[in-house]
Amino acid sequence: MPVSVSRRRTDGEFVKKVRELSGENLQLCYQCGMCSGSCPAASHMDFSPRQVIEMARLGLHEEIVDSKTVWVCATCLACAVACPRGFDLSRLMEAIRLLALRKRADHVRPEDIPVEDREELPQIAMVSGLRKFSG
Amino acid sequence: MQLAYYPGCTLKTKARNLEEPAVASLEALGFRLEEIDRWNCCGAVYSLADDDLIHQVAPVRNLIRVKEQGNDRVVILCSFCLNALKRANLLMKGDAEKRDTLNRFMDEELDYGGEVKVLHLLEVLRDEIGWENLAAKVEQPLRGLKLAPYYGCTLLRPREVAIDDVENPTVLQEFLGALGATPVFFPESTRCCGSYQVVSNPGDIPGYARDILSSAVMSGAEGLVLTCPLCDYDLGKGQDELVKKEGFKGMPLFYFTQLLALALGLNPGVAHFELNYGSPEAFLRERGLLS
Amino acid sequence: MSVTKRNEEPAKKAVKESAGAPPVGLTPIYVMGKRYEVPEGLTLMKAIEHAGYKFIRGCGCRGGTCGACGTVYRKPGDYRLQVALACQKTVEPDMHISQIPFFPANRAVFEFDKLTVAPEEVFKLYPELFRCVACNACTKACPQGIEVMDAVSALKQGNIAGAAEIAFECIQCGLCTSRCFGELMQYHMFQLARRIYGARIAPRAEHLAGMTEAIADGRYEEFLDRLQGMSEDELKELYREREIEPVTAGEDWTPEDKAYL
Repeated sequence: MPVSVSRRRTDGEFVKKVRELSGENLQLCYQCGMCSGSCPAASHMDFSPRQVIEMARLGLHEEIVDSKTVWVCATCLACAVACPRGFDLSRLMEAIRLLALRKRADHVRPEDIPVEDREELPQIAMVSGLRKFSG
Repeated sequence: MQLAYYPGCTLKTKARNLEEPAVASLEALGFRLEEIDRWNCCGAVYSLADDDLIHQVAPVRNLIRVKEQGNDRVVILCSFCLNALKRANLLMKGDAEKRDTLNRFMDEELDYGGEVKVLHLLEVLRDEIGWENLAAKVEQPLRGLKLAPYYGCTLLRPREVAIDDVENPTVLQEFLGALGATPVFFPESTRCCGSYQVVSNPGDIPGYARDILSSAVMSGAEGLVLTCPLCDYDLGKGQDELVKKEGFKGMPLFYFTQLLALALGLNPGVAHFELNYGSPEAFLRERGLLS
Repeated sequence: MSVTKRNEEPAKKAVKESAGAPPVGLTPIYVMGKRYEVPEGLTLMKAIEHAGYKFIRGCGCRGGTCGACGTVYRKPGDYRLQVALACQKTVEPDMHISQIPFFPANRAVFEFDKLTVAPEEVFKLYPELFRCVACNACTKACPQGIEVMDAVSALKQGNIAGAAEIAFECIQCGLCTSRCFGELMQYHMFQLARRIYGARIAPRAEHLAGMTEAIADGRYEEFLDRLQGMSEDELKELYREREIEPVTAGEDWTPEDKAYL
């Protein structure tokens, strides 16, 4: 999927915020793709994990925020453990999610969970789901 | 010998079949799981944002409870909770500034600096009881049942909290071997089950289940052994969907503590097999392990 | 609010003497930022009324049980937010007060008769329960000293009876909800737990049920008819001659006439 990069489209503020929130050095990544290769959710994503890092450090705010990728991530840490440079991609995913959630843009609202599911889901599912997807 | 124990919310309701056989089995092994007082939900997931301290409060509060009740360690059955508590513990040990802020925020509690050791039951079985001693107590060996250990994510990742080697863990295989089963390690044993995606994208869960279970089937496994109630739910419900929609040939899902109780010859009622996915009772009966 | 001439004099006198430190007998408090000097020993509610306000909201039983007068206050130099019931708490110097007579908290709609004792009933009606982060702000905000976080924790663990017991003294003031990080409606959830506990879990008084049945079966009809047919003198005689349990009687004492035991 081609993405155009130009000075007009890069958002320096976004890069800064993502760096701060994640506490990770985005420059460590050398785009080897080990993360994408180990990600069990990659087939559900539009941008691959590797692409998301690149887009994040280029400040392509809009593309990332509209993508499915960060919302399909299950924080399994396969990427973090596979990364040869010790970059914790799960923290980058969390930072991008939080930038949306902290503006009260809930991805999952408790009231939207079907009543039958509320009955069946184990508590850890409800707690973790609402933690990751509601602000 | 008494072991301070943190159950987690799910074990009190939906995952009674993980807790009850554990309590009974440890009694038989000479240990007593003592539930800590006034514990709260650990928050399930560890907060990954650098500035987010409020979500560290829940797990740290539990560690404070362990400490204030006179314990230097706590044993946990649910891998999901283990991961959250262990990572929060590392934070309190390693980050002086955040430790100070959290202690000051929780001014109604004791100060905490990571004094408690957080252990999974498997670590206690491996490091304190030992596989040989465990095998010696087995009354009903599991007749070489081909069981696939499913580690999932939380026991092994991130590296700092792993209870075993991240790429090639062996603790569950050793456990199953001690009980007289035949462990079948399979390639997707550490692949994520989908976790909390069951809340936001439930339609994706059968796909995750297929990846994991078909790998287990192809490796020759007859059953899957789990340590986490969320994995149980995701794989169990996912498998049910696959069986219904694709005629997938599934397998019974077990908690490791249920197999422990069974092998120790305890009353099978304590294991609550009726709560499991994948019809384990029929399977066990067929193999002569349940009457 | 009307203040009679008679009452104005001591107040005027107190004001004259108040340049600098307040005279003995008066305490400064701040109501919504404005300073008032009020007599020591008054409750917050009386003090606010003394200052000239009339309560049409945020006031109810004046006896510490209705939960209408939830109040928050701070003292200068102290970051801590403190809570009280205005009708119970007496004034302290330099309290900066604000009241929360009503806090919006949506209550789930349900048909009580259709609810079971399963903990999932609470999960279904209040899924935001799982947003609790155990920050304990609710406990710190409770004027009744309830361990609110523990009660929420009990609900998450599926322990409805436990939550009902911990929250027994809840008077629905809403202060916990006003401070909640996760935006939970604690007092509505506790009310639900208490209702389920009372109706479905709490042990029944069996002797009461038995007695009610005996009465409905007409066990006392004849006796009551007889009493109703007696004259005043006969009733007085009956009363004078009644069997009284001796002071020194043991636990196994029974009256001679056991007809209605």
